[in-house]
Amino acid sequence: MKLIIKTVTKPGSTRANKTGAWRSFMPVFDHKLCSKCGICAIYCPEGVVHKLENGFYEPDYEYCKGCGICANECPKKAIIMVLEGK
Amino acid sequence: MRNRMVVVEGSFAVAHAVKVSRPHVISAYPITPQTHIVEDLAQFAADGEMNCEYMNVESEFSAISALIGASAAGARTYSSTTSQGLALMHEALFNASGMRLPIIMTVVNRALSAPINIWNDQQDSISQRDTGWIQLYAEDVQESADTIPQLYKIAEDPDILLPAMTCMDGFILSHVYEPVILLEQSLTDEFLPRYSPEIVLDPKNPMSFGAFADPSTYTEFRYKQEKAMAVALNRIEEVANEFNDVYGRYYGGLIDGYLLDDAEIVIMAMGSVIGTIKDAIDELRSEGESIGLLKVRSFRPFPADAIKKAIKNAKVVITLDKNISIGKNEGALCTEVKACLYNTDFRVPVIGFMIGFGGRDIPISMIRNLVTKAKLVEKGIFVESEIVDLREDLA
Amino acid sequence: MSLLKPGHRGCAGCCDALAAKFVLDAIGEDCIVVSPTGCLEVFTTPYPESSWGVPWIHSLFENAAAVASGIEVALKALGKKNNTRIVAIGGDGATLDIGLQAISGAFERGHDLLYICVDNEAYMNTGVQRSGATPLYASTTTSPAGKISSGNPQHKKNMPAIIAAHGSPYVATASVAYAPDMMKKVKKAAQTRGPTYVHVHAPCCTGWRFEGSKTIEVGRLAVETAMWPLYEMENGVITNVKKLRNIKPVEEYLRAQGRFKHLFTAESGVEEIKKIQAIADWNVKNFGLE
Repeated sequence: MKLIIKTVTKPGSTRANKTGAWRSFMPVFDHKLCSKCGICAIYCPEGVVHKLENGFYEPDYEYCKGCGICANECPKKAIIMVLEGK
Repeated sequence: MRNRMVVVEGSFAVAHAVKVSRPHVISAYPITPQTHIVEDLAQFAADGEMNCEYMNVESEFSAISALIGASAAGARTYSSTTSQGLALMHEALFNASGMRLPIIMTVVNRALSAPINIWNDQQDSISQRDTGWIQLYAEDVQESADTIPQLYKIAEDPDILLPAMTCMDGFILSHVYEPVILLEQSLTDEFLPRYSPEIVLDPKNPMSFGAFADPSTYTEFRYKQEKAMAVALNRIEEVANEFNDVYGRYYGGLIDGYLLDDAEIVIMAMGSVIGTIKDAIDELRSEGESIGLLKVRSFRPFPADAIKKAIKNAKVVITLDKNISIGKNEGALCTEVKACLYNTDFRVPVIGFMIGFGGRDIPISMIRNLVTKAKLVEKGIFVESEIVDLREDLA
Repeated sequence: MSLLKPGHRGCAGCCDALAAKFVLDAIGEDCIVVSPTGCLEVFTTPYPESSWGVPWIHSLFENAAAVASGIEVALKALGKKNNTRIVAIGGDGATLDIGLQAISGAFERGHDLLYICVDNEAYMNTGVQRSGATPLYASTTTSPAGKISSGNPQHKKNMPAIIAAHGSPYVATASVAYAPDMMKKVKKAAQTRGPTYVHVHAPCCTGWRFEGSKTIEVGRLAVETAMWPLYEMENGVITNVKKLRNIKPVEEYLRAQGRFKHLFTAESGVEEIKKIQAIADWNVKNFGLE
């Protein structure tokens, strides 16, 4: 055991904790309705809704907790919350 | 002698020692109650004599808190406080130690309220015993000053990284004018290396300080603080010798003895009362008593092994404490000395006297009386621990 | 990619995580963040992990401003200050209650730092106890509505005014529900030299008792009902106010939250809602929201 405990911790290391497992409802993004405004990404508390190369948005389901803010805020109602099957 | 002695106030000598130790940040609240140390440092800063940021904060709590931030950012830091101010810092003292920040502080020992009293005893720093700070107690003004660069060297050791306080008795040392040698800048630069911590708050290496530890990780933080204290036990001795090599002065490392080797009666104490005890011992020795002194310089880490070795020839041990654990009727030194002897084959009566509360004078005659009282143990009259010099009209 | 990394333990729909994300998005990498004890601190840094992509420190509950000022002074002393921003992000309890003295000292000393209060109007981390930021008649675990109580009997402390009284060059209110506005203000506060302050209204789904998906919606209602006016103050003078069209009755805001539920079930609720409406009306008049 090292004498000095690392009292400091590394940046971004909570990534080890995959919070996607918390989710009971998952947001499903309908690109046909999407206007690419990006509001879903702005208001994601996990910061895990990403812009794709084609300009549409998708969440990172490894971390998405399924809070539903993106669906609630989407002005085009292009995101629906779907109960996840076990 | 290559150094010239000057007569200065104790606080000035300490402030000067801080100056030559080249801290980057000093943060202090000058009251509760007031000390001259930070006033002298403020003057050095105002005169451009220190390349250091001096912060006037709004409380002792913020004084220590600011240093937690400054130390985490990589600065060498200093503060000074006393009694109520130290008590106000209490919560943050644990925090500084838990985050392994080598902050150095002078504690000018004074009594705690109520009743309010600004004079000397050691209840304030003793009450911070378990906060994870190294505590060294100084015997005189010169030692109070000389301990400052020593503590930086000890505390900043990468295998220690603990905050440390040097304790000096209020008024008796802080406000007294004594001939001292002011620490030379050139010698101090030779003795004390620059502080270069490995990890600091830095956008280029964005680490997180002060994480939340749950039951699965918390214990190891405490364990490693304890291990660091064990390293400090050796390092305090080494640094005292290194200081002696550079400056030619030595006050003991963890402990020091005075006419101790053959002594059957051993008095143990911390702080400025050591001087009075030495005078009493000189008198008693001239009268044929086999008596000596064991000065405890390091209270944390507690030098149990060194103490056990030093008193192995004693027939009776007297501890003098300027503090009390109310409800145990004992001072801390008494309790700790007894505890460290229990699991040994060596049996010696340890008699605790609590003296000098709230600045009450401790004359040589009182020490002599206590020795007489302690010797009654030979006749089977044994006082385990008591507050002495009580006024009959008030008690 | 946000500088606040995922994997943190904030509730689904957490307002604190949003606020921290917006702050880091606005300021960028060259900053040092100080967090007092609170939800944000706990859920982002379970040892040995951290969500922070910038240097970050937590010391105690009541000393974030003092720690931040010590960092600022240390960087100066070490010749490393440059453009690095020192940012404290504290909750309402750490800001309006227990940490107020240290904040006052830091603002008086005039350090170059930015203090952000993420105000979710109670001690959420420990189970929704009232703070000096809890609004009138909100039910919390230490100001519960009951047979003879309508919830918190005190008015919310006006913290931006207290900070402005310290001579701060820039004080602003913001809301997590207005992200571009909030980020603009945080950026401006960070670019202003001296001690600056942004007070962010942050609806907490757990403590206020609404669905996590409604965090932004509830925040928006606070602004639209004039319960949370958005304004900027420069050197003590209000220089910018977000004007409102069609101000909604406070009832719409209150009804969306469980913490005000008792106002709609008890008889006395009608009178109490009137008193809350009076607060909104005062805001409209005082800040010129119309």
